[in-house]
Amino acid sequence: MRVLINGKSHELEAAATLATAVALLPGAPAGRGVAAAVDGEVVPQREWSNTPLSEGARIELVVAVQGG
Amino acid sequence: MTGVASLRIADRELGSRLILGTGGFHNHEVLADALEAAGTELCTVALRRLDPHARGSILDVLESAGVDVLPNTAGCFTARDAILTAQLAREAFETDWIKLEVIGDDRTLLPDAVELLSAAEALVDDGFVVLPYTTDDPILARRLEDVGCSAVMPLGSPIGSGMGIRNPYNIAIIVERAGVPVILDAGVGTASDAAQAMELGCDGVLCASAISRAHDPGAMARAIRMSVEAGWLARRAGRIPRRLHAEASTPMEDMPVFDTPEA
Repeated sequence: MRVLINGKSHELEAAATLATAVALLPGAPAGRGVAAAVDGEVVPQREWSNTPLSEGARIELVVAVQGG
Repeated sequence: MTGVASLRIADRELGSRLILGTGGFHNHEVLADALEAAGTELCTVALRRLDPHARGSILDVLESAGVDVLPNTAGCFTARDAILTAQLAREAFETDWIKLEVIGDDRTLLPDAVELLSAAEALVDDGFVVLPYTTDDPILARRLEDVGCSAVMPLGSPIGSGMGIRNPYNIAIIVERAGVPVILDAGVGTASDAAQAMELGCDGVLCASAISRAHDPGAMARAIRMSVEAGWLARRAGRIPRRLHAEASTPMEDMPVFDTPEA
């Protein structure tokens, strides 16, 4: 299936979870200062590995940066 | 020992009345120097999409400086985006505190009052400690307090403008009526602006560009720290009233009389 991670299209296996998708990103970000949302809903990190994705899912993966 | 009392916001006591924004520092080393010089205990951070080329984490810098994180919703134009960003921040930083920014356009970066109030109300209901970046409108400040914000953070002038406090009378009115801490946020260009905010009765100052974009950020951080303390002390010392004419400080009685030569 195809999903959008931070606006870019990725091809994932049908059984992929949010954890699978995040692992594709450089450095496989996790831990403090990292958060993810799927289709506009925040998913806590402890639930990434049992959050299934569906075709066309929009994933936003954000990290702490300087600002404000 | 400066003699400046700590600042209480919600359930937290802050030893410093200067909150530092981390935007605009050229690198983490300059930020670390400024953190130390500012003596701040709370710093804003933002959330953005992962940048594969980013080097090091800002959280490591803040942690080694012993400074707590105040996540913001910078760049959000709608209540919906700000609420989602706040929820992401709660996950990312394990804090209920949020500096709420909902701006109206990217030229002025001025708050959108309608979206701001709506987001503030929803986030308070969701258990957040909400510190809203707001205009210098006393009525909006009161409305934000009424929906349960833990502080109000009026701007002195637009973000990054360095124009100081364009309407000190409005800031004074906000202070007079506020039941929560008032933090002047945005517009500080140099130390005297921060001192003025505190002399007007603000409880603290949030400052980013004035420090991060100064020629010497460490020196400016120290200057603004001292001006926040000076302004706090001056406010409590009680300034003299302004007068149109002079009032002599030296007695005018018992002046010696000198003979003047006859013309």
